[in-house]
Amino acid sequence: MRLTRFLAPPAIAAGFVLLWQGLILATGLPPFLLPGPGAVAAAVIAQREVLTGAALRTLAEVLTGFALGAGSGATLAIAMAAWPRLAATLRPALLISQVIPTFALAPVLTLWLGYGMAPKIVVTALICFFPVASAFLDGLERTSPVCRDLARTMGAGPAREMWHLRIPMALPLLGSGLKLAAIYAPVGAVIGEWVGGSEGLGAVMIHANGRMRIDLSFAALVVVTALALAFHAGISLAVRRGLARFG
Amino acid sequence: MTAAPVLLSGTVRMGARTLFPPLRLELAPGRWTALLGPSGVGKSTLLRLLAGLPIGGTFEGRVENRPPVALMAQDPALLPWLTARQNAALGARLRGEAADRDRLAAVLRRTGLADHGDKPPAALSGGQRQRVALARTLMEDRALVLLDEPFSALDARMRLAMQDLAAELLRGRTVLIVTHDPAEAARLADRIFLMTETGLTEEVAPACPAPRPPADPAVLACQGALLTRLTEAPACA
Repeated sequence: MRLTRFLAPPAIAAGFVLLWQGLILATGLPPFLLPGPGAVAAAVIAQREVLTGAALRTLAEVLTGFALGAGSGATLAIAMAAWPRLAATLRPALLISQVIPTFALAPVLTLWLGYGMAPKIVVTALICFFPVASAFLDGLERTSPVCRDLARTMGAGPAREMWHLRIPMALPLLGSGLKLAAIYAPVGAVIGEWVGGSEGLGAVMIHANGRMRIDLSFAALVVVTALALAFHAGISLAVRRGLARFG
Repeated sequence: MTAAPVLLSGTVRMGARTLFPPLRLELAPGRWTALLGPSGVGKSTLLRLLAGLPIGGTFEGRVENRPPVALMAQDPALLPWLTARQNAALGARLRGEAADRDRLAAVLRRTGLADHGDKPPAALSGGQRQRVALARTLMEDRALVLLDEPFSALDARMRLAMQDLAAELLRGRTVLIVTHDPAEAARLADRIFLMTETGLTEEVAPACPAPRPPADPAVLACQGALLTRLTEAPACA
């Protein structure tokens, strides 16, 4: 079981690369439409300095945006759980904020905030906000009724009940929300980079496409994927460590 | 501890349905009162009214002389991230007070948990967890203790042991125990009320002091009489 768990991801990756190469061999697509795995690997190595710089920039946006989005999402969830009337008022607004496609907001944010890191961070934060707020609120609203009865008869105030009972009990759902947000966060940063600015992996992809450097575009895509997987793995590990303490 | 008896009188409606007709329940100070009945007749709702907890319906009536209560239910509701000792002192934690360390140590000793204080609930057996819940109830040191089927999830041997322990440690307090087990009522209660759809009726409890031996003829007779009365009562729809 353990062995298959460790071997599965490399096996899937190898299968994917084989399929990719097979598709090129079977269809005879030219490299400027679909470069082979070898060409992309060569581009990753040749452009490693550009890609490393871009990846660090994207990572910085992902980390900041994730922290802001998850932090404000968790804060709002606590506020909504503490004041049910606030929750009733904000629930529709929260949903509406989520059905607006982030793609549509990115150009506006670039117009407002310029071509620096700010609009990318905001797009990432917006994407991370909802899964965290929604999952955490779900957890906070499902505190075990027996425990809430106990807290009431013990004379606990709402603030202490929240801190000692409801928040610790909702941590598993907060963890799920964080893991989900960690998957979306790099997408947010890349969308932001596509729309404006000249730095980050998204910008590298857009520029490479414009110059018909499809191999570089794919190389950036590979790096984005690796970055996203690594970020998700890091957040998952942190969540697991954190939850172990709250069994 | 309380001079005047706790008195509940009134009726509860759930929308158009009457959960129970007007009734009167008096808890004798310093005594154990058992509330026996089938599921769904509103026993737990009565207990929640006495605890001052919200109920899912409207209560028309009054509760007189209600002191602060301590609550213990079938689910020990221990917090998995706290140790047994911290769980026993949960009340102080939730009120932002420092727990009385000497009293905490004494309560853990009396509940047989002296060697288990540092363990998390996951490392305790079902019976030990229920002991922690009892220790937590004792730490609250309230005049009125409400027990909502506290031992019904335990196996027979553990249940008897916990009944003995609870009877000993809660002696002198006003206790209401909600149960669907006639044997439990017959062993522990000074007064026994049978609750059915038609209301409350008082049954005769054995005269000897609790906890009574399970095979005592008076206990067995009481248990048999309660069972008979329960089967006579109309089944809950």
